[in-house]
Amino acid sequence: MFSFCADPDTLGTFRWFSCYLTNGVHWSFYLSFLKVLGLLAVTAPVALSFGFAGAMAARSHFLPLSWLGKGYIAIVRGVPDIAFFLFFVIALDQAFEWTRHRVLCPDWTDPVRQGNDFIVCQAAKLPLGSAPEWAHETYGFFLAVITFSIVFGAFAANVLFGGMRAVPHAQLETAEAYGMTRRQTFWRVLVPQMWVYALPGLSNLWMVLIKATPLLFLLGIEDIVYWARELGGTKTSKFTQYPHGDWRMWYFLFLLAFYLGMTRVSEIGLEGLMRRLSHGQATSGGELLRKETTQ
Amino acid sequence: MSCLQTIQDYGLRSIGIGERLLPRNDFTLCEQFTLIGSGMIWNVYFGAMALATGFFLATALAVGKASTNKWLRKPSEWFIFIFRGSPLFIQFFFAYFFFLSLKKSYPMFDAFTAAWLGALIVLFLNTAAYSGEIFYGALRSIPKGDIEAADAYGMSGWARFRRIIWPTMLRLAWPAYTNEAIFLFQSTTLVFFSAFPAWQQRGDALYYASYFADKTFNPFVPYPILAFYFILLTLMIVWGFGVMNKRLNRHLPTAQRAKMRFRLNLAR
Repeated sequence: MFSFCADPDTLGTFRWFSCYLTNGVHWSFYLSFLKVLGLLAVTAPVALSFGFAGAMAARSHFLPLSWLGKGYIAIVRGVPDIAFFLFFVIALDQAFEWTRHRVLCPDWTDPVRQGNDFIVCQAAKLPLGSAPEWAHETYGFFLAVITFSIVFGAFAANVLFGGMRAVPHAQLETAEAYGMTRRQTFWRVLVPQMWVYALPGLSNLWMVLIKATPLLFLLGIEDIVYWARELGGTKTSKFTQYPHGDWRMWYFLFLLAFYLGMTRVSEIGLEGLMRRLSHGQATSGGELLRKETTQ
Repeated sequence: MSCLQTIQDYGLRSIGIGERLLPRNDFTLCEQFTLIGSGMIWNVYFGAMALATGFFLATALAVGKASTNKWLRKPSEWFIFIFRGSPLFIQFFFAYFFFLSLKKSYPMFDAFTAAWLGALIVLFLNTAAYSGEIFYGALRSIPKGDIEAADAYGMSGWARFRRIIWPTMLRLAWPAYTNEAIFLFQSTTLVFFSAFPAWQQRGDALYYASYFADKTFNPFVPYPILAFYFILLTLMIVWGFGVMNKRLNRHLPTAQRAKMRFRLNLAR
């Protein structure tokens, strides 16, 4: 990075660190922070839409659909979320490969599960054995995103379902009195009003989602936990220009600080959002805002 | 091999009693049930111990956070923010490497790098922070009349806290505290997936479940078994805390008695 980094052994402490912290592997470390932010940016909207679909299904008057929605909401209760993460990553992978196996190799007669092995034909492998490295990484990340979205979608469905039920019933009756259909009532009256009731739950969920991102490591992604372990471990001068002792503690302290910062920023952001959503609502928060502005 | 034999061999495997080698192939359903159940010993141990010890620190933190004295309030606020604001997973990693480097300078910290003590300390601090926040919320919503009545009876200081404030705080906090207990038991599954090593393959329920899933490439058997055990555990916690809730509310007229509604929160 810097011109004076050619021979790190001769450098003073400050310069040594400025070289050390900008070497190649550290850029991979910094890049993995983008992975975490990317996961958050993709998962949050996808999980929210899964949740919305789940809540809509649970409200449905068509019984099987309603069961499906309620089952989805109930599924994540009582069982540790990490178990779901570990389960879905394998289950989804096998589901994809099995489907491809059925479509691409119809004349394959052997069973897919043979004892302790899961065998599909070469063409059905995901990603293909010949695929480049980045395809494997992207596929792993893609699986992780779907897994996160399914689990957090179920959480979100629960919150949104509660939010929909919290909208005062008189509002819906008024809409009906105006001659709105069920669909119109839902989209024009219920949905705009439910957010303010759902927001405390959703912001809680966002915090939990942030705190669940290090679990990416367990799904086999080279994320910040992976790099902190790699970079922090003892390095001898044989393998690197920057030998150091066991610094993993300091790397994880840095991660801790990173997450605390994320939490604080989110808290401030969500507070602002709540203020905006409360504007003009028939809740105590909205009333407080009205008084503030009229006095 | 009969199932009874399997239970004898592996029922206490997670604490090092019984057969040493884990089954390697031809896993039977019985073996999976037994080993995953055996791993639950660790989950119950971590959860119960952390809950029992964390309760006292949580009370102290709640009182500290509600205090008017800056020197008591600020440390409690920071403690709660740090442990609630960062992932437990990272806390485990940090604590493990922290204890590891302590061990290098002071050999007496040897035990802290083992899961039974090191992870327990992290869980203790973590649950203390979460419960402390719950208790703090309850402390602030104690009816003013209760405290005024205590004052009128001439109670003050410790007597007022012990007999009026503390029981009321617990009563109000209890449903939320039940949730916290459930989440605590669930987060104990993280212990052996963070840095803490499972010595001689003595792990918790999820450790064995993922062992089976890795060996058989079939996640559809071990994880539902794990889910079964955890749902059972959750029901037991709900029942136990329900009994306690009844006792905390026993002085109230029946109509007012808050039926503990188990609208379980999904998130901590």
